[in-house]
Amino acid sequence: MAQVKVYSTPTCPYCIRAKKYLSDKGIVFENIDVSADEEALKQMVDVSGQMGVPVLVIDGEVIVGFDQARIDQKLGL
Amino acid sequence: MLDLVIIGAGPAGITAAIYAARKKIDFVLVSKDLGGQTALSADVENYTGYQFITGPDLAAKFEEHLRQFAITFHNGEAVTRIAWQAEGAGGGFAVESAKASYACRSVLIASGRRPRWLGVPGEEKFRNKGVSYCATCDGPLFSKKTVAVIGGGNSALDAALQMVNIAEKVYLVDINPALGGDEIMRRKVQTSPRVEVLNNAKTVGIAGDRFVKSLKVEVSGKARELAVSGIFVEIGSIPNSEIADFADRNDAGEIVVDCLNRTSVRGVFAAGDVTTVPEKQIIVAAGEGAKAVLGVSRYLMQEK
Repeated sequence: MAQVKVYSTPTCPYCIRAKKYLSDKGIVFENIDVSADEEALKQMVDVSGQMGVPVLVIDGEVIVGFDQARIDQKLGL
Repeated sequence: MLDLVIIGAGPAGITAAIYAARKKIDFVLVSKDLGGQTALSADVENYTGYQFITGPDLAAKFEEHLRQFAITFHNGEAVTRIAWQAEGAGGGFAVESAKASYACRSVLIASGRRPRWLGVPGEEKFRNKGVSYCATCDGPLFSKKTVAVIGGGNSALDAALQMVNIAEKVYLVDINPALGGDEIMRRKVQTSPRVEVLNNAKTVGIAGDRFVKSLKVEVSGKARELAVSGIFVEIGSIPNSEIADFADRNDAGEIVVDCLNRTSVRGVFAAGDVTTVPEKQIIVAAGEGAKAVLGVSRYLMQEK
């Protein structure tokens, strides 16, 4: 099973959509709220080189934004 | 051939799709996203039936309503071109995206608007590296930081008020001599101890290393550099009307429509914020979407 992390904030519409999409597809993921955790925010910035949310990390591959096509491809959906 | 392709899934496009489904029109909905600018709005207090709802929640309600119908919705697919089909191929239009081409008898453009950029050095380089066009999305990343909001209208006031609850300090950088927007919001901003309003302030550049470090402004002609880690650009929007370059557009790039949502090109209709219809409001866009599809329906019957 793929390791999926979602760096997000509670208000960001694309974060909400991304998480809902994964849930609907039955994908288990770790949600990391970067608005509440400064260390996690730094980590997100380090791996993605930018500050926009959401950032998804699927088996080590970084996807910036709710990029459904890339998520589908990576997860074989 | 489809009867109709609806382009865009904001309030206008979604409402149009609901009406089209109920009218049993053979159509597809094609959009790069769902909810449009509504999904990026903060608080909505003027959509009838909801005293208060957030933009993302209202967009979710729109989607829920849309999904009641068994419609074809190509989400995440941006339309790149509208072409005319040869009579030999059945006539009508071909609505094209990177993935597909949809042959149809009529088109409804409800592609909305996008944020206007500042056009200053550093803006592109630092996009998503401190520069944001959506306080609702990225605001929470700047907890206890100093940020600048650029603009002086309602969307800038709204962004500033969102940031007051998150950031340590908020500069409101307004190019005009006095703030615009609604009195009630202006007062909230002006009385907040965390907001410093700079009027007659022209943004000239954005600087930093990996991320934004400062905003360069000229306040009444005098150069000043504000140390900020976040910059929210709220200087209005421009219509997503490039795909309709074959139709009449006004100086602002809005697609010219008559009161039946007809464009200058027969069979092509437009609705919502992309059009010349005044007042860019969620409820206005939704109403225009409904009106446009009823017009399309009449057009299709006449053409049969």
